[in-house]
Amino acid sequence: MELTVLGQSQTTAPAAGGCASSGCGSNDDQLNHLPEHIRAKVHNHPCYSEEAHHHYARMHVAVAPACNIQCHYCNRKYDCSNESRPGVVSELLTPDQAVKKVMTVAANIPQMTVLGIAGPGDPLANPERTFDTFRQLTEKAPDIKLCVSTNGLALPELVDELCKHNIDHVTMTINCVDPDIGAQIYPWIFWKNRRVYGRKGAEILIKQQQKGLQMLVDRGILVKVNSVMIPGVNDKHLEEVSKAVKAKGAFLHNVMPLIAEAEHGTFYGVMGQRGPTHDELQELQDACSGDMNMMRHCRQCRADAVGMLGEDRGDEFTMDKIEAVDVDYAAAMVKRAEVHAAIEATLAAKAKAKVETQNLASLQTAFVSLSSLTLPKKESRPVLMAIATSGGGIINQHFGHAREFLIYEANAHDVRFISHRKTDLYCSGDETCGDGESVLQKTINALKGCEVVLCSKIGYEPWGMLEEAGIIPNGEHAMEAIEDAVAAVYKEMGEKGLLDKKPETKQRATA
Amino acid sequence: MALQIVDGCVNCWACEPLCPSQAIYAAIPHFLIDAKKCTECDGDYADKQCASICPIEEAIVDSQGEALNPPGSLTGIPPERWEQVRAEIQAR
Repeated sequence: MELTVLGQSQTTAPAAGGCASSGCGSNDDQLNHLPEHIRAKVHNHPCYSEEAHHHYARMHVAVAPACNIQCHYCNRKYDCSNESRPGVVSELLTPDQAVKKVMTVAANIPQMTVLGIAGPGDPLANPERTFDTFRQLTEKAPDIKLCVSTNGLALPELVDELCKHNIDHVTMTINCVDPDIGAQIYPWIFWKNRRVYGRKGAEILIKQQQKGLQMLVDRGILVKVNSVMIPGVNDKHLEEVSKAVKAKGAFLHNVMPLIAEAEHGTFYGVMGQRGPTHDELQELQDACSGDMNMMRHCRQCRADAVGMLGEDRGDEFTMDKIEAVDVDYAAAMVKRAEVHAAIEATLAAKAKAKVETQNLASLQTAFVSLSSLTLPKKESRPVLMAIATSGGGIINQHFGHAREFLIYEANAHDVRFISHRKTDLYCSGDETCGDGESVLQKTINALKGCEVVLCSKIGYEPWGMLEEAGIIPNGEHAMEAIEDAVAAVYKEMGEKGLLDKKPETKQRATA
Repeated sequence: MALQIVDGCVNCWACEPLCPSQAIYAAIPHFLIDAKKCTECDGDYADKQCASICPIEEAIVDSQGEALNPPGSLTGIPPERWEQVRAEIQAR
């Protein structure tokens, strides 16, 4: 097998390339209550299991360009050299090319467990291309799980065909269960050879989505529901959506922020529809989490993303680079099985260590909790902190190098992962953006709501600007475990009396 | 009698599989309709299929050059109301 053409020597990608946190909301506890057959379906799926996304990778192939509905947050001109955002794709593939690409990536990134078809259009509006790809992969690469994302319009008629393939999961985008709200999101759908506009179209779409969801659940397929949070349109409504899809048996709800920059050319972008602020998104996710498993580690990846969540190695696997590669898939499968076994062994060891630590902790608290004596008062308020890290669950990145910050919340009881915030995912951040805002200012805006930023090092200029914005820069916990450092800083803040009331924020209210 | 795809087409592929006459083909810089094959869906469908799924206003025109999806028809907002709607959306 000759793979050096791809310019990467390792056959094992970094163990935690994408998300850097050890915690990352990854509580295995989230999965512990599930029946064994369901855990078996999600344990190595990075989009379904928060734990899995530290270890396993996914890829998308863009074989499905056509769409049967119009969403106001989508622009069907789906490529631009200057952007990298959800739904957008650089290279449209034929099913044969896609199969080639999947097998090459699977041989090179053995951690890749899941192949998804997620557009750029609707995969089920392109049934020939989607199912041709699935059919070939089911036969040629039986160790790869297949996954599909859909708006659900064509789902009911295709559910049975879908279930013939190596599929455990389906992602449906459901933004509403009320056609009046739907009419504000979907101007039209294409249904039974006609365009159907407004409320009537939305009503058909919603019915098909709910019917399709039910059919998938009845067949034992796990369903993740994606919802785009659109302020002033469906933000108040999504709690109801969450309840409705949970009642139907959806497995996971992923509320994602609307991305609507004017330069993306979407209807919402052009019309100046704003996206939610970090606070609004978090508040809604928290509100929905009472009823539903919530996904918080979603990176809204591109329709041709390759690698761990949070990274995109698509450039290494463009068709011109892989066309000449000859993949010995039988050999690759052996290698892949070894790598997967090693990951499972690591996870098992980690789980065992965790149980032991918990047992020890409960033993200690049974006597006297020394730590509780020094912790801040119980009524002290929670604090958000941003972490610059390049992986491994430790604070190990220079502030200026961070392209993503992990956001943690500390309160009197615990430290929990909240989300990640990209500083440059949707925009290159340079002068081409045209709004005159510096990269640094954008980063600081992205950290709105955080009171502390923890990093390995930080320069003089950003230090001053962060302080000016009311965020305390802190480089004293370099190379320490994130959760421990966050807890320590929170404790220090308590001792300094900083937790009694929220400091006046000087930050601008930009989303 | 034939429809035509003009500038503005974003090559989204939505129309191609729907054409009952296989008159639509991928080309550079945008998809084209073979005028000899196009029947405007007469005898097959009440609505012209390519124009009924096309997401881009004015990208498909009839033999007179008239847009089948004129400005405002796909956003659902007539051009004269555009500014008003924009103000409403920005107030959200």
